[in-house]
Amino acid sequence: MSEFDPTAPKGRRDFIRTSLGAVGALALPGFATRAMAADQPPVGTWPAGAQGDSVFVGIAVPRTGTYAVQGEDELKGWQLAVEHLNSGHPLMKAISPKTRKGVLNKEVKYGVADSAAKPNNAVQAEQRFITENKAILMTGSTSSAVAVAMNKLAQREKVLYVTGISGSNDTTGKDCVRYGFRQNFYGQTAAAALGPILVKVYGKNKKAAYMTPDYTYGHTVTKSMQDYLATAGWTTSTNQVSPLGAPDFPSYLLNIANSGADVLINVNWGHDAVLSIQQAQRFGIFEKMKLAVPYQIPFLAPEVGGNLLAGVYAATDFWWTLQDKYPLAKQFVEAFEKRWGYKPEWGANNAYMSFAFWADAGENAGSFYPPDVIKSFESGRKLQSTVGEVYFRKEDHQLVRPVVIVQGKKQSDMKNKEDFWEVVEIMPGAPLMQKPDAFGCNLGDYT
Amino acid sequence: MINWTNFVSQLINGLALGALLALISSGLTIIYGTLGVLNLAHGAMFMLGGYAGYMAWTATGSFIVAVAAGALALMAFGLLLERVVIRYFYSRPHEDQLLVTFGLSIVIVEAVRFFFGSETRLVPAPDVLNGVVSLGFMIYPKYRLVLVGIVAAALLALFLVLYRTRLGMIVRAGIEDPVMVDSLGIDVYRVFMVVFGIGAMAAGFAGIVNAPVVSLTPEIGEAILVQTFVVVVIGGVGSFPGAVLGGLIAGEIISITSMINPGYAYVMLFAAMTLVLVMRPHGLLGTPGRE
Repeated sequence: MSEFDPTAPKGRRDFIRTSLGAVGALALPGFATRAMAADQPPVGTWPAGAQGDSVFVGIAVPRTGTYAVQGEDELKGWQLAVEHLNSGHPLMKAISPKTRKGVLNKEVKYGVADSAAKPNNAVQAEQRFITENKAILMTGSTSSAVAVAMNKLAQREKVLYVTGISGSNDTTGKDCVRYGFRQNFYGQTAAAALGPILVKVYGKNKKAAYMTPDYTYGHTVTKSMQDYLATAGWTTSTNQVSPLGAPDFPSYLLNIANSGADVLINVNWGHDAVLSIQQAQRFGIFEKMKLAVPYQIPFLAPEVGGNLLAGVYAATDFWWTLQDKYPLAKQFVEAFEKRWGYKPEWGANNAYMSFAFWADAGENAGSFYPPDVIKSFESGRKLQSTVGEVYFRKEDHQLVRPVVIVQGKKQSDMKNKEDFWEVVEIMPGAPLMQKPDAFGCNLGDYT
Repeated sequence: MINWTNFVSQLINGLALGALLALISSGLTIIYGTLGVLNLAHGAMFMLGGYAGYMAWTATGSFIVAVAAGALALMAFGLLLERVVIRYFYSRPHEDQLLVTFGLSIVIVEAVRFFFGSETRLVPAPDVLNGVVSLGFMIYPKYRLVLVGIVAAALLALFLVLYRTRLGMIVRAGIEDPVMVDSLGIDVYRVFMVVFGIGAMAAGFAGIVNAPVVSLTPEIGEAILVQTFVVVVIGGVGSFPGAVLGGLIAGEIISITSMINPGYAYVMLFAAMTLVLVMRPHGLLGTPGRE
């Protein structure tokens, strides 16, 4: 409370002058940013991409191939986010409080290309969106190989990139870039979250067999699991590395069946995970060993079918029953189900949140000037999300967020046809993460 | 996991893999040998056979009906395709044939995706064939073992048609010298149409009997197509016995290499193909100089 000051201005002119001054002062940060941005030489597609009534976002997502099912789910998350941005939906405003309609009052438009989870396809499609549409944001990936390639494209072209699903440590580790941001959990946090549960339930000094897809995601997730479990005396009896999209898994499964392992840790993803789990059952493997899934796959339970995941522990980013704990999750699940007719999987949630955080960063920067938006992301500002309060780590652009441990339900325990998983634990994010420089992240330049 | 138990397990597994590859490849090689058309839609036909069977299975619940539907639907599809598309490409350059069959494969895959989506579809084996067989030293899915018998029976049937019937004689003569067959007053085009139908049927049959093993997605034909080409090259283009031998060799290479290092399974397969191309360019059982 200020004291009464007899010398304070009292006249009408004084009042107007003071008011204008106050308004000016309040508006100054915005003015300052814009003035600063306006003085800058062009960066990437800025300012060309931000000059009209709308801004363009390029989405390259797998709609064919091994990861097609997950890609379609992600796409629905992005589409819902764009609709919510353009209409100023209350959920979007809860995550990005400064949002009115669109981003910085510009309508968000988007284009979609099929990446087939192949880095080349994704990069070519996004390059086209940059050249032809002056895209100011790129997204997509259900494969970390794509995410890493997109990171490099983003840094080279100086166009922001928010990952879709990407579980490799490298995405915000050795292949991190200034222009790339990741919302979801990854190998290291998955292992640190799921590992203690496996040790608690199955004991120390166990033997694990791994199924690993042969690319950055598979190798880093398997390595993180092995490193964590080694601290509890677990050893690796075999690691079966298979190509992405392997047509059949019998040879690998025979090796696993003969390995004497206690637990099968299946790192495969998409259709590969579905098929390898179904086939493992046909090889009698689950009579000898337990199954664990460090990086849960959207739609895994319904696609695998046959009660095979009952009792199985998995780490995930989001599961719809989190709506019982988080109000924003409830809003999201309801809005998504109303729009698309099913409960969202974590790919869709990740997609929605990544756009919402980008909108929040843009609104807070007050500009689309990429370095300003990046600095806004890097500010460490607390963000509201569907899994509680989160923030981006400025050193590696990884969101610090909880990892959710779920356990497969028996068919007889399911309350409805989409009630596949029971949330058993929500692990706070920060303690699960490596030190920012542990995986060799060097973000690179702003311009 | 290199030990005797695993080695014998992988040998048996290689046989199961190889039998299936042999069946799919035989369709491809008969079509190429007779018509001179390298059918890049063969993988898509393999997949389509699976989906045709899946539809029959959902309608009737009978696996036998599903298998019959998969095979017959693809035979009909093959006949139709030959009549309305393939026939116009016999006298055109190989590149055109590759392009049109490649285009057809895209159309087929995307049409299936349009109607069925990308989600996995499962056609379960009959209950009596489900479960595992314990051979003492190893456990192996019962259906996969039965599949070897099913494929062997199908290959035998194909063999009898090709080597013990008048139609087969004309087909084999057509492979050697279509101009001569034509000049003997035989309607080569009708034979061609039947051959394409039989080749498509072999792919469709393989697609549906393989469905309980791998689950169906629109893409399953793509991965198998590449392996099938390798089999045909190893065995000898146009040679039915070559396709069978090539299939078994490919199955064992994939399986045995996987035991030592799974990452090299496909590398070794292609290395074997390269070796055959260098040492015996016409394939193990192919005839030198055949177009």
